Formats: sequence, structure tokens, C-alpha cells
Amino acid sequence: MQLNINGATHDVDVEPDTPLLWVIREELGLTGTKYGCGIAQCGACTVLIDGVATRSCVTPADSVEGLEIRTIETVEDTEIGRRVVEAWVENEVAQCGYCQSGQVLAATALLSDIPNPTDEDIDGAMTNLCRCGTYNKIRAAVRSVSEA
Amino acid sequence: MSVIDQLTRRLGQAPVNVSRRGFLAGSGALVLATALPLRPLRGQEAAAEGPAVTAFLELRSDGTALLRSPFIEGGQGIFTAMAQIVGEELDLAPENFSVEIAPAGGPFAIMGGYRLTGGSMSTRTGYPVMRQLGAAARAMLVEAAAQDWGVDASELVTEPGIVVHEGSGRRVAYGDLAAAAMDLPVPAEPTLKDPADFRWIGTALPRMDVRAKSTGRQTYAIDVEVEGMLLAALRHAPRLGLTPAAVTNQAEIEAMRGVHSVQMLDGAVAVVAEKFWQARRAIDAAEIDWTEGEARWPMPADFSSVGFRDTLAGATGEVVEVEASGDAAGVLEAAETMIEATYDAPYVAHGQLEPPSATARFNEDGTLDLWMPCQAPEMFVGAAAAAAGLDASQINLHQQVLGGFFGRHFLYATANPFPQAIALAKAVGRPVKLIWTREEDFLRDAPRPLGLARFRGAVGPDGPTALQVEVVGEGPTQRWYQAPPGQDPSATEGISGKTYAIANKHIGQIYHANPAVIGYWRAVGHSMHDFMYESFLDELAQAGGLDPFEMRLSLLSSSERHRKLLERVGELSGGWRPGPFEAEEGTTRARGVAMASPFGSEAAVIAEVSVDGGEVRVHQVWVALDPGQVVNPSTVEAQVQSAVALGTSQTLVEELVYENGEPTARNFDMYPILRPDQMPQVHTAIVESGAPMGGVGEPGLPAVGPAIVNAVATLTGQRIRSLPLSKHDFG
Repeated sequence: MQLNINGATHDVDVEPDTPLLWVIREELGLTGTKYGCGIAQCGACTVLIDGVATRSCVTPADSVEGLEIRTIETVEDTEIGRRVVEAWVENEVAQCGYCQSGQVLAATALLSDIPNPTDEDIDGAMTNLCRCGTYNKIRAAVRSVSEA
Repeated sequence: MSVIDQLTRRLGQAPVNVSRRGFLAGSGALVLATALPLRPLRGQEAAAEGPAVTAFLELRSDGTALLRSPFIEGGQGIFTAMAQIVGEELDLAPENFSVEIAPAGGPFAIMGGYRLTGGSMSTRTGYPVMRQLGAAARAMLVEAAAQDWGVDASELVTEPGIVVHEGSGRRVAYGDLAAAAMDLPVPAEPTLKDPADFRWIGTALPRMDVRAKSTGRQTYAIDVEVEGMLLAALRHAPRLGLTPAAVTNQAEIEAMRGVHSVQMLDGAVAVVAEKFWQARRAIDAAEIDWTEGEARWPMPADFSSVGFRDTLAGATGEVVEVEASGDAAGVLEAAETMIEATYDAPYVAHGQLEPPSATARFNEDGTLDLWMPCQAPEMFVGAAAAAAGLDASQINLHQQVLGGFFGRHFLYATANPFPQAIALAKAVGRPVKLIWTREEDFLRDAPRPLGLARFRGAVGPDGPTALQVEVVGEGPTQRWYQAPPGQDPSATEGISGKTYAIANKHIGQIYHANPAVIGYWRAVGHSMHDFMYESFLDELAQAGGLDPFEMRLSLLSSSERHRKLLERVGELSGGWRPGPFEAEEGTTRARGVAMASPFGSEAAVIAEVSVDGGEVRVHQVWVALDPGQVVNPSTVEAQVQSAVALGTSQTLVEELVYENGEPTARNFDMYPILRPDQMPQVHTAIVESGAPMGGVGEPGLPAVGPAIVNAVATLTGQRIRSLPLSKHDFG
């Protein structure tokens, strides 16, 4: 099947229901997208599909043919993505960092959609888990982009 | 105690110049190792004499430095702290450093032949040796300039990265001196800076790894790729002690796309395939017959955590004394107001977001390369050598930055995937990367032990007069390092080691073996025992008609450090509020207070809670932390945020339940961890009392739980003696 990932078309030969996460990691060799739970609980595997934050560990590859898939590796190609990354750096959000690819993409999707989110908007969109507990810094970083 | 004393003695050793015999000879880099007395791993004696002398610090001709950190980065910011400490004494800006994980063995085993990243020990144990390292290198660079210019070294000063002769105005960059400094002896006792002159230690320098970790460029063990490798997934026996008898549909599985082979392991079945997802799909389809086998810690088929809690509650046996003073039994007997309570805390999973993995490759020369997460490299090398049937000198361990650890990556026999990866690589004759699914991680994690303690206390008009505690169970340090009952801090810390002046006390341990494979979890024994002790202390206050905050102040009247810390957290929260109150948002709230003395530091915490829809909500947490002195305040603040998150998480929602010998939760759906919308606001005050440096990674955690539970008691009148709060109804 053909998948549009990070602006390029990739021919991938996998079982149709292979989760997008493993296509990205194993077929394309892009390891910034993380496996955390495999059941859409933690969000470490978040990618953008037509701009929507999506948990790729439960997304069958054949369900996203023809859609635009973007991973953390190209997040800085968009203005919002670039500002989110700078906010993450500026706020020193990351600790172990394992969940942060997903967090950055979730924030990018939110802020692309709603430039000035309310607390409720942030609660609704920023649901990825972080075991290091960087939640307050994540919120501060999202805020700093919306207020910039 | 003695471990720290030992470390401190060993760390007093001077660095040595290995530029000429080091592997970088000829590169023009000044290379310093240390002259620490090494205790080579068995079989490494020859290697220690060989050419592979690895260095702590390399100062290159371009003026940059490479530092090899004995401590592993897993989110705690240790690489940045190490660069700050060395840079301070070397007088080289930390931004000019690159930091790598030091390989196993050699000079990096600075804890006397081994080392570990844990116990909140990295900064406090690394501090003296890293300062010496930087100071020695600086002195050599100054001496090299002095010889070149024909002046006395005492006439020279340094600015960051530059040696300066103030008399003549001559200046030379460190990089230009590196080659000349290589030939100089290392000063035995280099002069250390006066802390009053510190430029970088004590300042909030940015972490070095934040950009890589914000853009997906940081790699972890799970991302390792080795040429020609196969991927493996496995399914463990549902209980330790069972072993695979047969895979009844093996032919069918081996015919699945990408599958290389099915492999029987000790207590598990693995599928090796071209891709991980192919292996995962195949192992999910496997039909496995399990049979009784051998295990060091077989899990009883009827084991349940509820039953085990009751067993501990009723356990009798020898009470091994841990701490005693006065006549606790006599005072309790005669007391007018005496109360009793039993507290327990559940098994909790580590839940680090990176699932465990290991990559193994046997090389043509008989050596074995391993890539994996680990918190104690020398111990892992020894275990890997045993698993592979090789000598320790034949193991090349490539430690990877950790995607969270919290105690998950110590050596726990059945909880580490590397012996299986070794077996698989050996079986298939190719490198193998084994990844445990989250479900397998929950099944074979070494959780924080379920713990229980029985309290009796007497209280008079001036406060508690007697306290008797029996802590029942087993600590991880007894399990893994054979610490005997009564001498295993992990089994009682947080009930033992408290500062309050209670004249008559008796703290004892009743050893009772834990059927589960137990491990270290962030803040170890403190993570549950301080909850028990500080909650019972509030019960005593209530029984005596005393305010819990004022009563603690009075119990600390002879310890200025603790009293000031408690006062500090009171101020930070805007002044102690003793009862329920109406918050601006229209909710009724209450606050609770607790303290802890974990890992060489002191903590005082106030938490503010409300009840919403029958569930406890934690709004704010104030933490005053006194680690004596700090290297990087922003790292410390981040660690407090993290400790509050985990402390709140385990208090509100975490509980690993066993039924029929198996954990009922195998993923984050059935084992919730703190969600973003449950995170309280955190207000931190760092107090540098000047006491010997303590830890910062864990000490923020232990007092969080009891502060929350005490607040809940004030708000609802319900005294919770069994965690987590989510199993109680506050409707």
C-alpha cells in the first residue's frame, strides 16, 4: 500500500492491519514515534493524520491510505510546530523524554486548531500520559505558545 | 549510613593522567581517569592493565570537553549536573561539554568496584570526585601555560576556557594547552574553589537534552538498530514457576509472515521474526500449554494481594528491633489516651513509559554486545556473563538513556529481558532485539512490595508520649542483597529514621517473605512508610485534641533544621490553615501536612484537597525541600514536580492487584496512573541549610501521600489507612 508520511509517498509491504506505529518505526525507520502501551492509553505513539492528533498504535495502516501523516521528525516544518518545539525547549518540559514526541504533536494539533485554548480545551486535548509528571510544564509550554 | 561513608572515602581519591597510555594517545587531548582503588570484576584483572583505559574527562584541542558520566540519564538531569560540577572547577562553561554514559567497569565504578544510578545518590556521590577532576585538569592547564611563558603558576588565573597572565596580559585558550598538559603530573591535591566563588554550581542552567527530547531525536534502548538483527516478542507463563510444555500450533505460527522461529525459553515462549509487529502478531496467536517447572520464587496459584494483606495484618513472630528509646510498652500500658491502627499500602508498578527491551549480538571474536536500559552496569555485566557463559571481560554493555526508570532497571532476575535476548541470539545465530510488550512488563515487573505496619501510640496534653510500631513484611534490599531483618532500611525507612522527639518508642520489623518478585520503586520504603507514620501522627494529634502542624513544630523543638523547614512550607502555603474552608471556586477544601527524611534530605509538604463526585481532587501541593546544598535549582524543582506527580498518583489511583497468582492489570487501562487533569499545582521552596548534600530525585515524594490523606481526614472525617484513595468512597 501507499502511505503519505511526512510529505512523501512510501510504498510499504505490510499486512493491511499492521498498526501505523510499527509501519513508521520498522518500515520507515523513524523512531521518534514511541511504543508505550499499544492500546491507545498513553499517547506516546501520537502522530498527526490530516492535522488531527491520532494514536498510531491502534490505527491500522490501511485505514490511513491517502491521508496526510506527519510524525515528530517533521513537526518543525510548520510554523505552529516550530513554536511548540521552541516552547518545549524554553520551558525545559522534558525529563526522560519518552512521551514528549506525542506531547509535542498533541500540542501542535491543539494550537493549530485553537490558537488560544481555554483550560478546558487544554484538558480535552492534552491527555497523553507522562510518568515523569511534567504535566505542569506541558501546560505552561502550551500557554506560552497561545499567548505568544 | 555506611554505604555513603564508604563512597565518600573512596571518592576522595585523586585523578590520574592517562593521556599517554590512553587510547587517545596522539590525539592531543588531555585525558584524565581516576586513581580510585579498583576492584575489577572477576576475569577483568588482565583487561584493567591493557590499553583500553577509559577516561572520565577529555579536554580536546578545540577547547571542548567530553565527560563520561558514571550516572545514567533517565530524566533526572544528571548529565547537566555533572557538566556543571566539572565545569565549575575546570573553569569551562558547561555548554562546552558533551556528556556520554560511561561504559561498565574501569574508573567509573566509583562506588568501590560497582556503581548504580539510584537511591538519589548520583549528585551527592559524584560531587567530590567531579570537583577534583575539574580542579586537577585546570591546575595542569595552568601549569602548562606557566612553563610555556616561564612564569610561576601562582601568577596565572583563569577565565572560562582561557588561562590569563594578568601581569603581561597574555592569554591562551585551554584547547591550545591540552597537548602540553598531557605531559604533566596530576596534582595530588588540587585546590578546590571557594563555594562563594561558584559561577555555575547553584545556578539554574538549562538541561542539555531538552531539544533532542522535544523533537524525537533522543534514542532509547527500544530504538537500537543493529545490522542483521531479528526482532522478538514473547509471552511469559502467567505465573512464575510455570514453564512451556508445548506450542500446539507451532507450525501454523512459524508459517506466519516474517516469522523466523518459535523459541522455548525458561518460563516463556518467544517468536523471532523480521519485524517486531510480525513477532507480536505471531506470539499473540500462539496456543501454549504450560506445565509446572522450576523457579527461585514460584508464585502460588492461589496468591492474592487481598489475602496477603490479611496475612501480614495477622502475622506474629519475632519483632526485630530497629529503633528503641525509653519505655514504650510501659508508657502505652499506663497511658490515659492510647490508640491503635493498622496501615497498609499496595503493590505498585513502575510504569516507566519505555517498555523494557534488550538487544544481543554475539561477535566472531567470542564477545557479546548488549544494548539495554540499566541502572547498575557492573552488576548487569556480571549477570550477562553468567547468562551467556562468558567471562565478564567479553561483555560489551551499551547502556542507553532511560525512558523513565523509577527503580525499574535494577537487576531483578526475572524482571530483566536481557538473559532472554542472549538466549535468543544464541539460538538463532543472529543479533536479536527483544521487546517486552506493556502486558509482559506488568506481568514480570518487580513491583514495590505491599507493606503493612501496626501502630500503637499514647498522647498527652503536650503531644505523643509513646509510639510502638511493628512493620511486617520484606524489603527489596533483603530480597536482592540479603540484608537481615532489622538491618534492611528498605523494609522500615519512613517509620524508622523519623526526627520527632517522642521519648518512648519502639520500632521493630517482623519479617514475612513476600511471594511476589519485589523491587525498588521511587523512594523505596519511604514511598509507603511515611504515609503510615505521618497519618498515624495526625491520628495522635486528633486523639490529643492537638493541631497537627503545631504538634509537629513542638516535636521538632530541638531540631532547628526541621522546625525551620516546617515553618517554611507553612509560609509558602500562605500560613497553616487547620480546618476545612471555602475556596474561591465554591468548593470546600482542607489541607494536610506531613514531613519526611529521605535519602539524606528533608522535606515538608502541605497538600490541599476537595472531594468531587465522591473522588478526592488534589488542587495544590507545597513542598519545602532541604537537600543541604544544590547544584542546579531548576533540576531540583523539576524533580520535585516529578516526585509530587508520582506521590499523588500512588496515593490517588495506583494499586497492582493479584488474584489467582496473577496481576489483574496488564496495561494502563486497568492500572491507571496520574492523568494530566489530576496533576496538582506544585509550589516549591528549596532550602539550602548547608547540611551535607542529600538526594533530590526521590525526597520530594514520601510526604506527599500523607499530606493528601491527612487533608482528606480533615475534610471528610474519614481516616484512610489503606491506599489508594480510589478504592474508598467519599460520596
